[in-house]
Order: sequence, then C-alpha cells, then structure tokens
Amino acid sequence: MAGGFESWKVETSSARRNRFGGVKRALLASAEDADTHRATLLFQTTSRMALTQNNDGATLTLKFTGDCVVDRLPELEADLAAAATGGARSVVFDVSGIGRLDISGAWLILACAHRLTAAGIATRVVGARSEHFEFLKELLASGQGAAPAAAVGQLPPWERVPRAVGLWTLKSVRDLFGGTVFLGHVVAVFVSAGRSIRRLRIPSIARHVYETGVTAMPIVALIAFLISVIVAYLGADQLRKFGAEIFVVDLVTIAVLREMGVLLTAIIVAGRSGSAFAAEIGVMKLNEEVDALDAIGMNPIEVLVLPRVIGLVIALPLLTVLADAMGLLGGGLLSAWLVNIPAAQYMQRMQEAISSTTFWAGLVKAPVFAFLIAVVGTYRGMQVRGSSRELGRLTTVAVVQAIFLVILADAFFAILFVELDF
Amino acid sequence: MIDAESPIVSVRGLVNRFGSQTVHNGLDLDIRTGEIFGIVGGSGSGKSVLLRSILGLQRPQAGTVAIEGRDITRMSGAELRAVKRSYGVTFQHGALFTSLTVSQNVELPIAEFFDLKKETLTALAELRIRMVGLPADAGSKYPAQLSGGMVKRAALARALALEPALLFLDEPTSGLDPISAAAFDELILYLQGHLHLTVVMITHDLDTIMRTCNRVGVIVDARMIVDTLDGILQNEHPWIREYFHGPRARAVADRPAPMGKNNG
Repeated sequence: MAGGFESWKVETSSARRNRFGGVKRALLASAEDADTHRATLLFQTTSRMALTQNNDGATLTLKFTGDCVVDRLPELEADLAAAATGGARSVVFDVSGIGRLDISGAWLILACAHRLTAAGIATRVVGARSEHFEFLKELLASGQGAAPAAAVGQLPPWERVPRAVGLWTLKSVRDLFGGTVFLGHVVAVFVSAGRSIRRLRIPSIARHVYETGVTAMPIVALIAFLISVIVAYLGADQLRKFGAEIFVVDLVTIAVLREMGVLLTAIIVAGRSGSAFAAEIGVMKLNEEVDALDAIGMNPIEVLVLPRVIGLVIALPLLTVLADAMGLLGGGLLSAWLVNIPAAQYMQRMQEAISSTTFWAGLVKAPVFAFLIAVVGTYRGMQVRGSSRELGRLTTVAVVQAIFLVILADAFFAILFVELDF
Repeated sequence: MIDAESPIVSVRGLVNRFGSQTVHNGLDLDIRTGEIFGIVGGSGSGKSVLLRSILGLQRPQAGTVAIEGRDITRMSGAELRAVKRSYGVTFQHGALFTSLTVSQNVELPIAEFFDLKKETLTALAELRIRMVGLPADAGSKYPAQLSGGMVKRAALARALALEPALLFLDEPTSGLDPISAAAFDELILYLQGHLHLTVVMITHDLDTIMRTCNRVGVIVDARMIVDTLDGILQNEHPWIREYFHGPRARAVADRPAPMGKNNG
C-alpha cells in the first residue's frame, strides 16, 4: 500500500451500551453462536460493534467488526457519525467482518452510503454478507421514493407564527359556528320531541337526574356549608370592628341565596357532569356507537343529548336549593358559636335582610347554568374523533368552557338584576 | 434449521379458569423455531387467553410457559420485561396508539430501549413501514386516517420495531377483504422468509391457514390438538371436521400445496 496509509480505530464510549445488554447476558448462559440464521434466538449476547477506518487518500475503507444488530444500534450510529471522509473520493463499506447483521444494522449502513452518494462520493458495499443488503435494495426498488431518511422540512418561524394565528382563528370561528349549529339542533329536536312523551325518554332523563343530581348531593352540601362558614367567619371578623356583628346574617344570607349557592353548585356540576357528558359521548363516538344510533334511525341528539340537558336542567335547581339550605345552616351555626347570635335572632334577622325576590334571584339562574353546562359537555363529546388524546382534550375543554360560560352568564344576570331592581 | 429438540415456545399443562369456567385444562403446545404456526378454535375456546398466557400478560392457574426453555410463569418483573422486548405482537384491532402517527408508533419501542438520534429513529421507522408494504407517506398519518388493511400493516411494522425473532399475530386478516387478506398472507410469508421469523398466529381465516401455516393447533375440549396441516385436515374429531370441511371450508378444499418455508 501507499506510504500515506493511515489507520486508526474509532472508539465510542462503552457507556452507550444499551439498557438490556446486562439483562440479556444474565439470561443467557449459552455461548455465542456464529450462525446468522440463529438470529432467531431470543436470548443472545451480542459482541461489541467496532468500526475501523482506512483512508489512503482516495478511498476510505470502513471495516465493520462485531455484531451489527438492533441491540448495538447506538454504537453503530455513533461510529457512523464519527467516520470522517477526510477528502476521500470514494468510500468502501466492508461488511465481511460482521458477526451478526440484522435488517436495522444493514439499513443504517445503507442510509449512510446513500447520504454519501448524495454528497457526490462513490460508495460500495463489499463482503459476503450481501443477503440483507439485497433484501433492502429489493425493498427500495419496489417502494416509491428514493433514499432512506429524508428529513421532513419545517417552516421558518416567520411563516409559522402567522400560520398558527390564522389556523387558531379559523378554528375558533368554526368552533363558534359549530356550537351555534349544535345549539340549534338541540332546540329543534327539543321542540319536535316535546310533542310526544315517548320521545322525551323519561327513564333516560331520570337516570341523568340521579347521576348528576342525587349522587352530587353530598359534595354540594359539604362545599356549600364550608364556604358559607368561611364567609361568615371572615365577615364577622371585619364587622366586629364596627360593632356590627349582627350584619353577618345579612352578609351570609344575601351572598348564599343570590350568588354563592347557585354558582358553587354550577361549578361543581360542571366539573362532575360536564366532563362525564363529554367523556361518555366521546367514547361512544370513538366506538362508532353514535353512528350506530344514527344508522338505526334514532337521532343521536334526541337519544344522547336531550336527556342529559333536560336531566341537568332539573337536577341543578334542586341541588341549588340544597346548597342554599346548607349555606344558611353553616352561616347560622357559625353565628351562634362565634358571634353569639342565637338561632331565633338569626332567623328573625334573616327575614328582615332578604326581600321576596332574593331566593328566586339565585334559583332562576340555575336552569340557565345547567343548560350551558350540558350543551357544552355534550357538544364537546360529539366533536371527539380519531384518538384518545382528542377525548382527553375535549373533556378538558368542556369543563373549562362550561365554567367560563357559567361565570359569564352570572355577570349578565348581575347587571340585569341591578337594572330591573330584582 | 428447525431444531426439533428445543422448541422456541413450549407450553405444558396449561390451566386457565375464570370462575367456574375452565378455558384450558392441561393444554400442551410446542412451537418450533422458524415455523408459521396457526392457532384455531371456536369463539370462546380460549385462543386469546392462550396468547395472553404465552405473552406473559396473564398468569395461568397452573402449568408452565417456556420461551427458549425459560419458564416465564416464574420470572421476575425485570426478566419478563426482557422477554417481552424480544417478541413482537399485533393485536386484533391493531391497538395502534391513536394519538401518535404511524411513524411515531413504530419509533416508540425503539426510542424506549435505545438512545438514538431523531433522524436514525425516523430512518428505522421508515424501514419498517416500507417492509410491511405501506406507502412512504403513511408514516405521517394518524391511525384514524388509515384503512383497515393499513392499520394491520402499521401494527405489524410496530411489532417488528425491535427486530423480534418471534412474532405473534392475533387475527391478522380479520376484517380485511379477500384481496387485502391474501396480500397480507404474502407479506407474512415474505417477511418470515427474509427475517427468519417464527410466527404464531391466531386466525379464523382458512385461506390464511392453507397458504401460510406449517402446522396448526386446534383448541378443542380445553386442550390442543397439534398436527401438520395435512394431518389436521384428516383428523376425525367432529369439531375439527366441521371446521375444516364445513360449508364455508369447501372453497378452500382444492387448495394449492402449502408454501414451503425454511422447514429444512
């Protein structure tokens, strides 16, 4: 060979040993088997893959030794990346020294050869182990597209940002449109189904009243009680400075009846039932159960959406009454213990504090909130298609939007009641 | 190449019960290296339970399941994970991860076990996708965008991700039209020949059995009757006769000779 012959060995860190090397070695007591066809064995040790480079100026020879199999891919990847062409015009891949070779190893070698070819360097694979390469070449010839590992192009940032904004806007507009159409469907189906008691599906409504209402009673009662205790406690602390502890009763009564009872209940129900509606209907969408209903000739909105909406519109006001009662009870108990207002005085003060409309000002909002929660939950459920991630995303969206819409509606009610002096 | 002395999978005295219902009662089964083995049985006869027992997804009440001579029913968690890593499975409905693209589905097992660059992962996934005969643009699609036949192929690509020597297929051709099913049979034969796989498949598809399987195991009376294809066709058990010679089997009666795999 020529005098300028250089030879060196590329070493890669042995720390890049794959995770399962140890386990597999432990599992296998038998000795290494040179027969490649015994690659069908499951528990096998693999020997360290190594790459030797010979560069005579014009031709770079990459000589592979050891096992070139899936377990050794990290080593192969690092070795191929470290192989420097050093100005060579042609590269020879010598695979004759490979102990075991599998398709993945052959593919990576071939991918490297393709990269070099694309860069204008002649490549050649030599060695007796051509069987795998023939298979891959056959595969490449039969398939469409050229070389392996074509990188996917990404848009530059100045194009990505406007694109994202545009897509988001389109999605929001489509969402609003879709929601309006869905709402229209629900109302239309309600009007037509309302003419016949059978089409209202009373058993289904009863089930949803039970699931969204009766089973929510403990948590709604507990939270209403605790929140009103907290409000009364903080209020008494502040009012004591003015010697006006008795107004704690006004505070608790009006806050619970007008706002907190219904709002807390709506938020709890949005979390419990809004998510349940979206998830139930979403899974039915994924299982094509919604399509099955449609194909049988049953309207999915009539069967799935309407009973949920009606059920929740019945259940939420009832829960609100419970929350109001528990809130007043909590305020009363705290007043009796901490502010020394006896129950009789509490009742009397309560009568004076509220007007005839206070209770109704809270309760009238409940069906509206219920309608919003149920429609958003079922709409998002109906939107699920394709994947499990979509189901999770839309369930989250259902809860977040339901709570947002409830609070938005509450703000409208507040303005309306002030204007009406209700 | 088949070493009859040491089967790659060996099941002995397998017992699986659910409540009062006995699914398997002393089931024996040997699968030889390099063969394509078909598992057949009526609905509810415990084909899937058998597969789950062999895969180590479910512990049988009694009996042993040995893969390469190692009893997986007595293995620790880490050892069992190493075994699971060494075989490939496709499930009946594909079981592709719906939130990942086909390419990501294939990359997932490779990325889990090996620390590789993104380009290398993509290249390896692309190889699998090509191997199963999917078009190049299928890699960037989500499972929901694929046809039934493509889902089966994508599931096979994921099963082949870690270069398994042993491949389990649960009803690989169910739900496919006859042309796609026949193409899938050819694909299995093609890959089995090139990758030296041992294939175990559960199937109801008589055409697939005739075309691909070297040997067939039939689950009857909670046990398994194993024979070559010709042997099974001549078996006198009433259920097996009904299965292979019933009205739906006549079409395959004048079958071509089964393709010889490397059963040398």
